[in-house]
Amino acid sequence: MSGTLRFIQGNEAVVEGALYAGLGFYAGYPITPSTEITELLAERLPKRGGTFIQMEDEIASMCSIIGASLTGKKVMTATSGPGFSLMQEAIGYAVMAEVPCVVVNVQRSGPSTGLPTAVAQGDVMQARWGTHGDHAIIALTASNLQDVFKLTIEAFNMAETYRTPVILLLDEVVGHMREKVIIPNEGEFVVQRLITSVPEGTDYHPYLAREDGRLPMSDFGGVHRYNVTGLVHDMWGFPSNDPTVAYNLLRHLVDKIEKRSHEIARYQEHRIEDADILIVSYGSSARSALHMIEKGRDSGIRIGLLELNTIWPFPYEVVRRAAERTEIVLVVEMNMGQVYQEVRRAVKTDRVYLVNRFDGVFISHNDIEKTLNVVMGRGV
Amino acid sequence: MPVKDYLRLRFFPHLWCAGCGHGTIMASLIQAIEELNLLKNNVVIVSGIGCSSRLPGYLDFHTLHSLHGRALAFATGIKMARPELTVIVPMGDGDASAIGGNHLIHAARRNIDLTAVVLNNSIYGMTGGQNSPTTPLEARSTTTPQGNIDPAFDLVELAKGAGASFVARSTAYHAAELKQMLMKGISHRGFSFVEAVSGCPTYYGRRNKLGSGVDLMRMFKDRTVPMGSEKKKNDPSLIERGIFVEKTRPSYTDQYRYVTQGDCKDS
Amino acid sequence: MSTKSFVFTGSGGQGVITAAIVIGEAAALHEGLNAVQTQVYGPEARGGATRSDLIVSSDPIRYPKVINPQVLVCLTQEAYNKFAPIVRPGGLLIADASFVSTVRKADARQIVLPMFETVKKELGKTMAFNICMVGCVLAFTGIVSKDSVVKALTSRMPPAHLEMNLKALDLGIELAKDYGNSVAAGCGKTAS
Repeated sequence: MSGTLRFIQGNEAVVEGALYAGLGFYAGYPITPSTEITELLAERLPKRGGTFIQMEDEIASMCSIIGASLTGKKVMTATSGPGFSLMQEAIGYAVMAEVPCVVVNVQRSGPSTGLPTAVAQGDVMQARWGTHGDHAIIALTASNLQDVFKLTIEAFNMAETYRTPVILLLDEVVGHMREKVIIPNEGEFVVQRLITSVPEGTDYHPYLAREDGRLPMSDFGGVHRYNVTGLVHDMWGFPSNDPTVAYNLLRHLVDKIEKRSHEIARYQEHRIEDADILIVSYGSSARSALHMIEKGRDSGIRIGLLELNTIWPFPYEVVRRAAERTEIVLVVEMNMGQVYQEVRRAVKTDRVYLVNRFDGVFISHNDIEKTLNVVMGRGV
Repeated sequence: MPVKDYLRLRFFPHLWCAGCGHGTIMASLIQAIEELNLLKNNVVIVSGIGCSSRLPGYLDFHTLHSLHGRALAFATGIKMARPELTVIVPMGDGDASAIGGNHLIHAARRNIDLTAVVLNNSIYGMTGGQNSPTTPLEARSTTTPQGNIDPAFDLVELAKGAGASFVARSTAYHAAELKQMLMKGISHRGFSFVEAVSGCPTYYGRRNKLGSGVDLMRMFKDRTVPMGSEKKKNDPSLIERGIFVEKTRPSYTDQYRYVTQGDCKDS
Repeated sequence: MSTKSFVFTGSGGQGVITAAIVIGEAAALHEGLNAVQTQVYGPEARGGATRSDLIVSSDPIRYPKVINPQVLVCLTQEAYNKFAPIVRPGGLLIADASFVSTVRKADARQIVLPMFETVKKELGKTMAFNICMVGCVLAFTGIVSKDSVVKALTSRMPPAHLEMNLKALDLGIELAKDYGNSVAAGCGKTAS
């Protein structure tokens, strides 16, 4: 890959990825540990011809990016736990009105104000179910900064492809850590764009999916005038109480993502071919898990790692296959078992163990090793 | 163009009650847009949630029926992304000044070039007649069965205090005057705030024994006076109509362009 | 080399985080090595004990934090009291003579250098104190070349501050050299 080598923070890698993907509008509100994203974009986005605004709160940030997205811009906001809570209603709006947008949540310890500067991965379920009502959502994560850069671009591509909000679920360690990143030259990565030019004279139905499930999106200010609403709506975007309309809409909103979970699944396997023990992890926790894999292999333990980059829709099939020939599965995460429960649903074996921390301290390979020793019958 | 050419007749009949003031306010808005010769494709109407917020759905522009209280935040994103579009934001009184009060004061402070039109009927109508921040003291609503003890916001004073550079008030009864104010507000470069007093006979009128929609219209006629009128000196309870603020102040998108233009290099 | 781990500690505003970034950037961008830098944020970063971790390695770095550093730098007494116990046995502990008295018996080579005083005396300002410390770390560990650090400083520092920082870097390298000579002559101040 040709490009520029940089030594930057994870939050800056998000900024680089967003700019690479063609970010056109960003709204944010300061909150630790995501503030650097907002600060950097205040500086850099206007220079790229994009627009930056600091809004009065996270609710307004989320709403304004939806507005800007409807004019055809690629849009993003970034926040952390409390701000992510405030954004939930508007995230649901973007789901319902099928407005592409990227929401970065650099997770910190909660609930509430919690430990504002300490790492956690406690928002996995909030990303899935934070907004009310049945819906599907895409959430991506990464453990190293090259992947943060790449998955930020993927988040934009998926938002555009599926016309949906995509949540980039990072954490404090990944957000603040500095390491090497290659910022590729233009054209190295595919940047997708939704079909936005619907020719004049076409009988345009903004909410009538094409046969491939995609919705061409005409921009506000363009030649097609239509209504956008958070109410159950028909193919014109006009509110409807018709049960058939409601059924078809909800079915479409869920199926367009859940039925394509194989297309959306991003993951990495490390030495799982001959593994007796499988670790499933994601985000910064996966770094400690990988450390443990290398350490364990050095001492003859056949252990492998499945690192998830797509958390939602949960890649049940990927997890099931990876765990097929292992008896023991460890799930390493910094919460009380939010992905652990999903892994249990995915795999056949009952021997699924949670290795976790939720005290604000970054989980280490030593934490994993202790549990590993216990499940292997070696004692602590 | 006739008024009906601005309507999405496919979606009629509308859901407003007989005697509701919102329809005449919508008509004033359409006439204002018509007289300003705005192109349909250049107009975006953004609303929140409530009776007033159903207005955009009936209009043949780019229309966004957003979230309760958040219309100005959505509209800010649209205006910042496409400053050349005319963005008009009809809201209800509870929508604009209770749940959306924070967005209102910040949009006014920024002086972003939006036209906020508050259809103020002093009640939450969509949910069945609850007390709003503009419900008068002692008035009855389903949540103030003993009479309202919350002092009401004067929305004009609120907008002035927050820095809006155009502030006006008229009523559903004074349709021609309202149209003129909307034309001025839409043409004004900066944040325009127009309070359009409306009537809710179904929930506010009936519960407070104020009569029908016609009686409410009569009340708007009799109980309001033009700004600076002699009558107001003799009867301070009368409500003034007029353009209270009209001043030139750089709009937010103009200032944004100014501070960011000519600075095209990436770091 | 395989892996070298550092923990830089001091108080907010002393520039220990910048010091870690400068060395990390020198290693990652100019020497083809891997480097991961992390820091503890929060109230501690506003005047209390602040900490920045750095790992430099020719191998990929997974776990990004440092548990027991091979090199520990302490620029305040508070930081010294708090972090001295974590230094790896047989490791190196560098402390500043103006701020730290090494009371603790650590199983590490403890070196106390007048970095702050030297910068103050030679440069008239103490802003580049942290870069003087970088010079000492370079001289003692050879973790990266001086050239690479100069490149990193040049890219990171505002031009107005660059010259002073380059001087501070040299002062640090000299301090370490003088220390080495005096130890060789049998009169160095070590506290281990």
